[in-house]
Amino acid sequence: MIVSLKELKPNESGIIKSIGGSGLIRRRLMDMGITPGAKIIMRKVAPLGDPIEINIRGYELSIRKTEADQVTVEK
Amino acid sequence: MAYRFTLAGNPNSGKTTLFNYLTGSNAHVGNWPGVTVERKEGRYKKSKEQINIIDLPGIYSLSPYTAEEVVARDYLSQEKPDVVINIVDATNIERNLYLTTQLLELGIPTVIALNMMDEVKGRGDEIDAASLEKQLGVPVVPITATKGHGIDQLMERAIEVSKNHEIIDKNIFENTKISDAIKEISQLLKTNGYASSVYYAVRLLENDEKINEKLNLSKSLQSSIHEIITKKEKETEEEMETLIADLRYRYIGEVTVKHVKKGRKEGELSFSDKVDKIVTNRILGIPIFFFVMYLVFQISLGPISAFITDPFVTLTSEIIPEAVQNLLINAGASDVIIGLVIDGVFAGIGSVLGFLPLVVLLFLCLSILEDIGYMARIAFVMDRVFRRFGLSGKAFVPLLMGYGCAVPAIMATRTLEDERSRRLVITLMPFMSCGARIPVYAVFVGAFFASNRVLTTFSIYALGVVIAMLSCILLNKTVFKGEAAPFIMELPSYRLPTLRGISLHTWEKARGYVIKVGTILLAMSVVIWFCQAFNFSLQLVEEPSESIFGIIGNVIAPIFTLNGFGLVKGTTQVHWQIGAALLTGLIAKEAVVSTLGILYINEGLEELTGALGIALGAHFTPLAAYSFMVFVLLYAPCFAAIATAKKELGSWKWTLFTIAYQCGAAWVISFIVYQVGHLLGIGLV
Repeated sequence: MIVSLKELKPNESGIIKSIGGSGLIRRRLMDMGITPGAKIIMRKVAPLGDPIEINIRGYELSIRKTEADQVTVEK
Repeated sequence: MAYRFTLAGNPNSGKTTLFNYLTGSNAHVGNWPGVTVERKEGRYKKSKEQINIIDLPGIYSLSPYTAEEVVARDYLSQEKPDVVINIVDATNIERNLYLTTQLLELGIPTVIALNMMDEVKGRGDEIDAASLEKQLGVPVVPITATKGHGIDQLMERAIEVSKNHEIIDKNIFENTKISDAIKEISQLLKTNGYASSVYYAVRLLENDEKINEKLNLSKSLQSSIHEIITKKEKETEEEMETLIADLRYRYIGEVTVKHVKKGRKEGELSFSDKVDKIVTNRILGIPIFFFVMYLVFQISLGPISAFITDPFVTLTSEIIPEAVQNLLINAGASDVIIGLVIDGVFAGIGSVLGFLPLVVLLFLCLSILEDIGYMARIAFVMDRVFRRFGLSGKAFVPLLMGYGCAVPAIMATRTLEDERSRRLVITLMPFMSCGARIPVYAVFVGAFFASNRVLTTFSIYALGVVIAMLSCILLNKTVFKGEAAPFIMELPSYRLPTLRGISLHTWEKARGYVIKVGTILLAMSVVIWFCQAFNFSLQLVEEPSESIFGIIGNVIAPIFTLNGFGLVKGTTQVHWQIGAALLTGLIAKEAVVSTLGILYINEGLEELTGALGIALGAHFTPLAAYSFMVFVLLYAPCFAAIATAKKELGSWKWTLFTIAYQCGAAWVISFIVYQVGHLLGIGLV
């Protein structure tokens, strides 16, 4: 099932399918290792509900839900 | 001949630690031309030859989007250092090698420093550096920068490489979907007489505007390149930027799968992950955050700080000035000289240097939090709140530091990624009531609101926060229009801080503070003293009201008539003393109180507090006193902070804007406070 990264629940994982958006944000996401085919694990949501913490390529990355919404993953 | 070695690597890769280890404490810190990105340069201390180490900003990529990245790649591609030392965090090797793949395209001799090898071993991971070296085609040296392990070997290899001028010509895109496109563009560049390299070809393929401009390609060449890109995108059914990023990570995947063995299974929690489960927990995250902040405040502003600060203040504002005064008297110095040295130099510098212990303690706490890795978690926890105001969670730390001293706080805005956030935070800074204003509140609250001490002081602090929030909303809709900065932030592993690292970080920041405050303040203190002691005909005056300051004060004070403190209580007499006091407040905020004391009483500082209370009562109504406190809270910060802001903002236009905004806000808010209070009939007598 293909969903937006935002919709993964904590401890769920998926394979990245596509990265939307444009310019700086999109490029930054890819530079940080969010590229198609990579495995991503949803770690947690921040205490106030945003941003989220994900594990990608063996390290922890924090992005906001608006950015996460640009990324689709296969569960 | 001097060699230039450049350190390049990701943030949190240990680059600063390595730099400090290599250069000792003789680094020269400045800015890269045209931008407020820090540039550090120092000499390698262990070599007889002259080797200059240049520290590039910590970056994740050589993309054209941030100032740091552009500075780094312009330096590398134009200045061509002799060697690039690429520091790689071996515990996070995949993402760190991404930058490496970009650096290798530049054709500059490169050595890879595989850092944090102690942690790699501790985790039970294994990295085969020798075979990694073979595959990447450049020297790979395992090191542990915090302990100094492997650094001598690293430098030996780097010197060797620089002497042999080993030109590397790495193209990781060979035998991939885009190798033909790269070849085609390289060929086009060459036949048209442009500099040609894998670096330029890949950048052009990514449609990099900045490189396009730099090379100044002809229209026809641009359209040929565009055609190549379109053809390739159609053929692969992928967008080029994604494809290139993907190919880089694929290459890294091939490399790491062969030479890196993980001791831990994928997804298994490390020590750091377990700590983080508690620290940023949904329920515990916020209470832990408040507890940590409480600790920081207790240590840097509370009783622990008072224990160190109080004797220090006595030393800088009483013992040393008195000793110097006696010395000058014995030496037969004239009154003017004594006045200049004691009332000019020591009054300004002494009171601000008195803040040094507080600032050092604050730096110490923040350095510890930073080295542990908690700073990033603060941004993670607080981002939601700040986002509402068009900022990111990263803005929290500089704003927090503002409660100690605005100078280091403004310097700390460098951690913010975009210019817009930086300008906004610097504009808001004085609203975070700095430590120097505490004496002002203490004296006024003591004189007028003694029965409600805590509540009154708290209301002033709270007002500052509210005005900061309202300012954000106002400025975001007008002057600082634009998108909130994206928040894509690494959460580094928790690490035990080292004594060496913390003391170095604290020392670096404290030194910057002393230099900044010392130089500017010295000059300004002398000017202000002169204005207090002389009149416009440059004669020493007896009556302070006749001095340059008195005259200027007389002009300024009427501006505050509607704010309640422009005229002396119950009279139509111009309250010139507050005009002068607010001006001296620009040297150091606590000077507001001492100036009022001197001008009202015109006596020595002895027994001032009691007498000052009575004098204040005769000049202010309680409401006017509160309105005055509000003005002191919000108006422009001291000269040291203004000069720091000028340096960080990089322009007089923005610096003057912040000052105008702060003074404007101060006037308007204290006006509202006074007028509303007046209507309600509060605190009139």
